[in-house]
Order: sequence, then structure tokens, then C-alpha cells
Amino acid sequence: MAILADRDARVIIQGITGREAASFTKDMLDYGTRVVAGCTPGKGGQQVHGVPVFDTVRQAVRDHPANASVISVPPALVKGAALEALDNGIKLLVIITERIPRKDVVEVLELARETGARVIGPNTLGLICPERVKLGMAGGPVEDVRKSYIPGPVGVASRSGGMTTEIANLLTTAGIGQTTCISIGGDSMVGCNFLELIPLFEADPETKAVVLFCEPGGVIEEHLAAWYRDNEVKLPIVAFLAGRFVDSMPGVRFGHAATIVEGDRGSARSKREQFIEAGIKVADKFSDIVPLIKEALDGEG
Amino acid sequence: MRLLEFEAKAILGRHGITLPPSETLNSPGPISLDFPVMLKVQIPLGGRGKAGGVLRADDQAQADEIVVHMLNTSIRGYTPTSILAEGLADIEKEYFLAVTYDTVAKLPLVIFASEGGVDVEELASERPEKVHKRHFSARWGLLAHQARELISQAGISGKLLLGLAGVVTTLAEVFLRYDCTIVEINPLVLTKSGGLVALDCHADIEDDALFRQKEFAELENQAGRFVSEKAQSEFERKAAEIDNLDHRGVAGRVIEFDGDLGLIIGGGGASLTAFDAVQQHGGKPANYCEIGGNPSVKKVAELTKHILSKPGVSKISVITNVVSNTRVDLIARGVIKGVLALGLDPARTIAVFRVPGAWEEEGFKILKKYGVPYSERGVSIDEAAAIAVGRAAA
Repeated sequence: MAILADRDARVIIQGITGREAASFTKDMLDYGTRVVAGCTPGKGGQQVHGVPVFDTVRQAVRDHPANASVISVPPALVKGAALEALDNGIKLLVIITERIPRKDVVEVLELARETGARVIGPNTLGLICPERVKLGMAGGPVEDVRKSYIPGPVGVASRSGGMTTEIANLLTTAGIGQTTCISIGGDSMVGCNFLELIPLFEADPETKAVVLFCEPGGVIEEHLAAWYRDNEVKLPIVAFLAGRFVDSMPGVRFGHAATIVEGDRGSARSKREQFIEAGIKVADKFSDIVPLIKEALDGEG
Repeated sequence: MRLLEFEAKAILGRHGITLPPSETLNSPGPISLDFPVMLKVQIPLGGRGKAGGVLRADDQAQADEIVVHMLNTSIRGYTPTSILAEGLADIEKEYFLAVTYDTVAKLPLVIFASEGGVDVEELASERPEKVHKRHFSARWGLLAHQARELISQAGISGKLLLGLAGVVTTLAEVFLRYDCTIVEINPLVLTKSGGLVALDCHADIEDDALFRQKEFAELENQAGRFVSEKAQSEFERKAAEIDNLDHRGVAGRVIEFDGDLGLIIGGGGASLTAFDAVQQHGGKPANYCEIGGNPSVKKVAELTKHILSKPGVSKISVITNVVSNTRVDLIARGVIKGVLALGLDPARTIAVFRVPGAWEEEGFKILKKYGVPYSERGVSIDEAAAIAVGRAAA
């Protein structure tokens, strides 16, 4: 088992005729993901890498039943696309597009809660369950994905898309494989953050430990620490906190929309302290992730 | 985009929230309000009062003196071009009211405190019974009964409950309608005559929603709303110019530091990781930067030249995460081209090149040709930083 998606995922791509979407559609197909249909209003009848394109999600899923959608459309159109997918019974949305207004994100998430769907992103590169399925752009072309990702017992969740692959690569170099690797999205509000994902990893019998890539800004790490401590969670977590130097530069935004320290809120220092207090292991150097994960896996027996 | 107080208040006024009598001044001169008045600098920052940006004037002469002083005084990097003059409110009681997003619950949140003019986070930790919160739906907006429930929780009843609930409902409407990320009235004042007046207002419009908030997009482009001295350094400005050479990828979001090791790092998360790693290994970065999205050879070459031209910088380190949509060979070509253009030897000038991923075989071939030390994907970002710091010191 993996979390969120597995080999049996049947995926549609909304915005499939876009340049970027067409390119990751090919990469997904090459990796063995079942991309069953695409949707671009006004372009029904076309094909993209052999995938049939429909004008509406309704037509697409009537002919090609699907349970997941990868959305890559311009920011102003994302809300509409996501609501269309939810309205047609899709239970997993991966929203690649960045710079979506928060109000639109909240409206989508409200409906997703009602329909029992999960949303990854926005501003995500997607997710990979090695050798099973790949949703979105993560890892790039199939030959590159195979170099960085191998199957195994470690889950990965990252606030940075690029670092999702980097962490998988670090683990793979050390001979440690992964269950599911998720780029959660770089925005301050995303559909599935660490708080939602850790219980899924905990419930997955194959996942024996998790690596988190964290950044300054926001309060999600602080909430995770409190939750981990209060619920006496057994699943070992190794967290890496990038951007310690950002603490000394409050008000400056780095890299991702959410990476900003406001006053003393969201500093790397406070996140680190609360993780340690809660029993979450913190890798002070990036390379330290490997020995800490090995230790966690050995502890599992 | 943070609105100035008078800009935010104009929105509140448009939706029927009562404001003190006011006048916006751009220079000293006759004020038509009754004295005394409060004079408030219009800069996009909180905490103006403590910084001397809010002063009382009892007559016209004093007002002129204060206005001249304010228009020539910088507060934390900002100098106002306008001053808001307001009549004094007849204060019976002060409240705090704000609407923002709760990023954990992923819903809009309205916060009401029966004590105003204070730091609400401080109040929440010291006297949490004074702070009342309520989530609401972004699709439905805050419903009238939800607003009444919130105010009633604070122990308020009768006519005042209806008045406050009305302001709360309006503020929630403003929040959603204008794509705010926060809108706050602090203090909201109950006057001795029973009116409710918004004495101060802070509103942020989401930058990513400016495409549909045309009014504010235009306002943001208006020159002279205030003067900011938080200008980029010459070094950062030139880097931004390089990034604008073409639209292919990013190579130029640069922040200057005073060290001697030039950095070409990327993307978002990896830049943070690499910068920390260089410092952890004792290196002194000359700059922070972000590259990604497959930048052109030209941009990378110009950025390399620019960083190496900074006085005191003799070596450059190129470190990114394993790339998938950026081509390794194009980065390699760009960096080498930049180094050669300065008449330098790539083998000595490039302290480390650690960019594994798409097109890496082609990239490594080029690097090998010039004798540049490169690291493959088995060398972590952190180990690459250690190599860079070691070679920079040698």
C-alpha cells in the first residue's frame, strides 16, 4: 500500500492541452500511470500523447471512469476546474497551478470536505509512489524519476517541490526506498499539510518512518508538534528545517509564498524547539536525515 | 498589498461603516476640521503610534509644524507622502475586530475582542476570555446570526449587540469581496453618544488576486503613495535586470550579503538548504539567489559574471536540488561562459558544481572539458556546500 494513490489510480488531466501539462502527461504515462482522459473546454476530440481530450469532465468520466485529477490551468480558472472535478465525483485533486487567490482555495476545500475528496496543493509538483504511480510533475521524465526514487519503507512530505525529489534521492543513494513522496505545495494554505498526511502515513502498514521538509513561516509545524506529542504518535518522524538564516530577516519572503517570518511567528528556531520537545527528530544538517532515518528504521526492528 | 489607512477606510466608508471626520493632507495648510485633531502618517506599517507617527494638534499652527515634520521623517524605512487628519472621537469603550484566514482550519476567521487598541495576540494569551473567534464559510459569507452569536458570547446584548453584529457582518463582506488576507479595525470605538466608529483600519489585499481586483492593481501602480527607502542595493537591482533579460526561467532573485563566496543556488527550498549549509560549514556567502524553471544560458552567464564582479568575490559555487525541468547542461554552459567572459579559469573559479538531474550526462561532459570539479547526485547539498567552503578557503 501507499498513501493517497496507488497502481489502480485512474487519472484525468484538466488543462491537458497546455504545454506543461502535455509534457507531464507523457512522463506520467511513461511511468505507468493510467491517464485515462484529459479535459480542456473547447478542445474536445483532440488527443494528447494518445489520451483522449474532452470538453467537460462529465463526458470524460462517463467514457473513462476516473478517481483522481491533476489540474494545470491558469490561476483564474483553477476554482472552476476543481469544482467541476468535485462535482463529477473525483476524490483526489492535485492542483499544480500556483498563485491562486486564497478565497478560491478555501471555496474548493469547503466543497472537497463535503464530497469527501482530498486536495494536494495548490502550488505542488504532485506525488510519487515509486514504481506504482506518479501524479503531476514530480521527478520529471521517467529515467530521472527512476534514478531518484525507489520503493521502500519511508514516506516523504515536503513544502518544496524540488526538495521532494532531493530527499528521495538522498534516501535512494543510501539504499532506502520510499512509500509515497508528496510535494504538499508552497502556499500558506494547502489542501493536505503535514497535519493531514501524518495520520495517513501512520495508518499505512508499509510506511515505517517519515521525512518532512519544513521551512520558516506559518504555524503548521508548531501544530504538528503539539498533535504528535498529545497523541503519543508512534510513527518516527525526521524533520529537516531549511532557511535558518531567514529568522534574522523578518518580513522578507523567500522562495515560496509561505516562507516568511512575521515578528517571532514561524521562525525556524521555534519550529525546531517544538519538534524536539515533541519527540520529532530534527536533522541539523541535510545529510543527517540518513543516519536518523536508519536509526528510526532499526528501532522498528 | 497593504493598503494605507485612509485607503482602507475609504472601503469601509463605502460599505456604511462610520468613520471619524477626516481630511487627507499632502502638505501643511488649513484643516477644515474642528481642533483638536489627530495627525497620522500614512505608511504601510503597523505600530505607527509607538514610532511617533500619530500626534495630536490643538491648533492650526501646531498642525502645520507636525505635518512638515512628519512629511520629512522616515519611520522604519518609510516616509509618508500623505497625512490623515481626523477629528477626536468621544470614546466610551474600545473593541478589536478582525477577519483573516485560519491556515490550519482553512477557513475565514472573524476575531472580536471586548478590549480594543491592544495587541490581540498578547490579549489572547493573557486574558483569553476576552477574545472571541468564529470560523465561517467563504462561500456563504458570515451569516447574520453567526455575527450576533459572536457578539453575544462577549456578554453584549440589546442595541449594542445589533450595532456590533452589523459592523462584523459588513467587515466579513468586505474581506471576501475585495480578496483581503486580513482586514482589521482596531480600535472600533463606541462613542458616548452610542455610535460605532472605526478609528483605525488595516487591510491587506492578496497580491495573487490583483488580477480581479483592478481598483487596487491600479492603486498599486500609482506613484507616490509613500516613499520607501527599502530599495534594493545596486547589486540586487542589477541582478533583477539580468532576470528580466528574457522570460525563460528564473536567474536573478538575489539578496546581497557581505561574505566572499558567490552562490548560484536554486530552486526555492534548495536555495534555503544550500545557504544554511554554506554557513554551517563556516562559509561566508556573498549573496543569496534562486534559479530554476530552466533559465537561458545567457541569463546564467550574466548572473555568474555579475556575482563574480562583486569586490572580494573570487569563487562561485553552483548548488541546486536534483533538477527535473531545468537542464543541467544549460546551467553548466551558462556558468562556464560567464567565468570565461571575465578571463578567469573555470577550473579554479567554480568551487563546486552540484546540479544533478535532467541532461546531466551532457552537463558533466562540458564540465569535464574545462576541468571543473562537479558532484553527482550521490553528493548531498550539504556535502557539496562543505566542498565549496573548503575550496574557497584554499
